[in-house]
Amino acid sequence: MADPMRIRAIMAGDKVEVRVLMSHEMETGQRKDAKGAVVPAHFIQSVTVSCAGKTVLSAQWGPSVSKNPFMHFRFKGGKPGDKVSISWVDNKGERRTDEVVIGGG
Amino acid sequence: MPLRRPQALLLAAMLLPCLSPAQQDTQKEIERYRQLLAEGNPAELFEARGEELWKVPRGPKKTSLEQCDLGLGAGVVKGAFARLPRYFADTDRVQDLESRLLSCMVTLQGFKPEEAARNPFSVPGRPSDLEALASYVAGQSRGMKLAAPIEHPKEIEAFRIGEQLFYRRAGPHDFACVSCHGENGKRIRLQELPKLTDPNDARKIFTTWPAYRVSQGSVRTMQHRLYDCYWQMRHPQMDYASEASIALEVFMAKYANGGEIQAPGLKR
Repeated sequence: MADPMRIRAIMAGDKVEVRVLMSHEMETGQRKDAKGAVVPAHFIQSVTVSCAGKTVLSAQWGPSVSKNPFMHFRFKGGKPGDKVSISWVDNKGERRTDEVVIGGG
Repeated sequence: MPLRRPQALLLAAMLLPCLSPAQQDTQKEIERYRQLLAEGNPAELFEARGEELWKVPRGPKKTSLEQCDLGLGAGVVKGAFARLPRYFADTDRVQDLESRLLSCMVTLQGFKPEEAARNPFSVPGRPSDLEALASYVAGQSRGMKLAAPIEHPKEIEAFRIGEQLFYRRAGPHDFACVSCHGENGKRIRLQELPKLTDPNDARKIFTTWPAYRVSQGSVRTMQHRLYDCYWQMRHPQMDYASEASIALEVFMAKYANGGEIQAPGLKR
């Protein structure tokens, strides 16, 4: 099981501002280890964010995204107390979902 | 011909005030970029893992580190990092954060010393508990002023040893710490080199370790910084949590005292 994400969601005017840190190796599959063997690719492929049951962001990621990725975005339609739920799935089928309640701005 | 020179001077005079704000803008933009990065500092992930490691029973004795005495009494984590390195009576030596973590892992959790220090620096796929624990403890002193004591005879002795090591040139490159860290305004490529005996520099730098190194994808500690500096100088390897490494930290801490702890920081 992957380490939990760190999520912050606060109101910024009429929008919800979300900052997410994910813990992931994000191996590209292009690197070789000390013995010369290829390090197998291991990266997050899809990210979904929903708020109060509605999808507000859906992204397809590839190996060019950095290790321990940081994502920052705003969306309309959320209010303090709503739950923001963030999920990712990587190319090995591992997944992780974390939630946070929107705080006042 | 005699006109050329005044014209050139005039041109230079016109250019200079334009150039200098541009350079300031660049510096400002770099600062802004660093600020943006800091908001998403992955060191936070290490702090979280460190906190878990701190609280979970581990080792042959199946105990947590929660009763570890980091200098402010058993179990006090908040503010402890701001008073390190320091002399500890129970071990009768000056210790830094990582050395003290090792002591606690041995005495409280029952690890053998070589087991506790087996994996001080992570590599991809093999995370280091010590990097995570150091991140957690350091983060618990964020915003406090560094006040490492140099009062006990052993602390003063460590300072003197650190001073000798800092200035003594050696090795195939005839290098010492002071070769890179003895003047203001030096840099390697875009990386500014702090003058570690200048409190203005030392306070800004010493207090930001441990730090997440973007290029290495991991938190690195002050012990790793020293280990790497010694490798770069082509000196013999600096042993983890050795007396020499701690002496150098005491030496640096003297000039950094009063600086605000901003660890774990974020570096390139």
